[in-house]
Amino acid sequence: MASVSTERAGDHLVVKLTGPCHIEEAGHLDQQLSDIIPEPAIGVRIDLAGVDALDTAGAWVVHRNIVRLRDTGHAVRLVHSKPTIKTLLDLVAANDLPLEAEPPDEAALVAVVSHIGQATVEYAVEARNLINFLGLTTLSLGRSIANPRRIRWTALINHMEQSGLNAVPIVGLISFLVGAVLAYQGADQLRRFGAEIFVVNLIGVSMLREIAILLTAIIVAGRSGSAFTAAIGSMKVREEIDAMRTIGLDPMEILVLPRVIGLVLTLPLLVFIADIMGLFGGALVSWIGLGISPGQFIERLSDAIPLWSFWIGIIKAPVFAFLIAMVGCYEGFQVEGSAESVGRLTTQSVVEAIFLVIITDGLFSIIFSYLGI
Amino acid sequence: MADEETSVICVRSLKTQFGDQVIHDGLDLDVVQGEVIGVVGGSGTGKSVLLRTIVGLNPPKDGRILLFGKDLAGLDREERSRMEGRWGVLFQDGALFSSLTVAQNIAVPLKEHSDLSPQLINELVALKISMVGLPTEAAGKYPSELSGGMRKRAGLARALALDPEIVFLDEPTAGLDPIGAAAFDELIASLQRNLGLTVFMVTHDLDSLWAICDRIAVLAEKRVLIVGTMETMQQQDHPWIHEYFHGPRARAAQRPS
Repeated sequence: MASVSTERAGDHLVVKLTGPCHIEEAGHLDQQLSDIIPEPAIGVRIDLAGVDALDTAGAWVVHRNIVRLRDTGHAVRLVHSKPTIKTLLDLVAANDLPLEAEPPDEAALVAVVSHIGQATVEYAVEARNLINFLGLTTLSLGRSIANPRRIRWTALINHMEQSGLNAVPIVGLISFLVGAVLAYQGADQLRRFGAEIFVVNLIGVSMLREIAILLTAIIVAGRSGSAFTAAIGSMKVREEIDAMRTIGLDPMEILVLPRVIGLVLTLPLLVFIADIMGLFGGALVSWIGLGISPGQFIERLSDAIPLWSFWIGIIKAPVFAFLIAMVGCYEGFQVEGSAESVGRLTTQSVVEAIFLVIITDGLFSIIFSYLGI
Repeated sequence: MADEETSVICVRSLKTQFGDQVIHDGLDLDVVQGEVIGVVGGSGTGKSVLLRTIVGLNPPKDGRILLFGKDLAGLDREERSRMEGRWGVLFQDGALFSSLTVAQNIAVPLKEHSDLSPQLINELVALKISMVGLPTEAAGKYPSELSGGMRKRAGLARALALDPEIVFLDEPTAGLDPIGAAAFDELIASLQRNLGLTVFMVTHDLDSLWAICDRIAVLAEKRVLIVGTMETMQQQDHPWIHEYFHGPRARAAQRPS
């Protein structure tokens, strides 16, 4: 354990350090040395004879106290320091550079206002970039359709499998459960009016028009949108995208189009499965809980629900798929430098995709009600 | 030759294996206090794996590794954490935490393993930054904003934060320009001299071997083939060692001594 003792010798104050001065003791040592406040203008001798080991932290503590004593007008002299200790103290002294002052904290109100302003500008820039990317994607899509040989079929099939086929179990299960819950809750309310049979209308309209497509889009945004961002983002970090460009490959064509086309083709199919599973869940609960037989359910369904309700759900799917895939890829290209940015942008991609899907769904509702369907 | 008592790193009949692939088999190595040892070997001979195994990142399949005379496997959590403060590791690309600035990176071990005041930690961080030759502006920058050479210096500063007794360096000069590499060699040599460090360095850089290594260990045939000074290396007639130390690059690196 390092210890410090002081004694008066003539017109000098002698400060004796003993023991090992390592990083473990540095805090303690600094405390003891800082407590030494000699009488004004007398000399100080620091005796290091008893120091058997010193590391840079210990040396720094000694050094900063020497500086402090010198600044308060004392002549400081080191005595009896071994050559190794002297070297270390010199090394530390040579590297004593002024600390950079931390920028002063802004006033709270100013900080809030400037933060809001900054965020607004960032959103505007983000929106502009996203529209830019939409244009870029559409352009390469057009080029690929004009010249289908440019489409990467292997990649396309691979993405269709990953974001389409592999999503079937989770999409099916969740739709089934939501259909069942909806029937159960709806039946409870409708029974009060003796109108249990209308549960078929409830499930049919809500499932086919809105719930199946929204659920599927949200699941796919979480599953595939995030995967697109993470995959493209890590490639960006490892300079793979730059490598593609130097070989003359177009990242839009290789990375973006297979994902966009793949999702646009598979999302409607997923929605169809969600429709079927949701209706199935509803029918099952109606049968068990309300005694509406499957035959009755189907008959009622085809009477009460126009075929348009089904098409409305399916028509929205490719649009949502395009949005999800585009946002996922776009955010992937925004990744810069660090692994942390991959994580941040992946989150952002999912949130943005879901937000856009719901906004667009609202727009669709307005258009459909205007058209009267 | 050192024995188990005096060496700070002592590896005995080490065996490491990934799946069916045996990397080391019966590997022995001793590193003595205060020396700079360079580990060389062809690609895939497990130089980095050896480094990772010694610092405890890879569990060995068989054999013993003693650091400061203690087997890491036999230590409990607390002892082990205390031991880990006695060495620092510089990974190939610095392995700085990308979400923290350089200064925060260097402060991590200090905050975790010491009870110093924030003021003192800041001062020590500034000291380390200056000691590894980084400009003061680098303190507030993120790793992605630094050049490769600066990232290595920052990684070295973090490795030195707790004043370790051993520093492990994984290809410290790889990817640096010759001037930067020479400066880095000089930095390691001066820190080693001033702080009395033991340096365990995996390298391919013949200039580094000439400039700063006291001894060289050659890794081949799944073990340490030979340990010795540069002069001993040149007199070996093992084909790989001969080729390594007498090839065109070796001749270019050799300076009149």
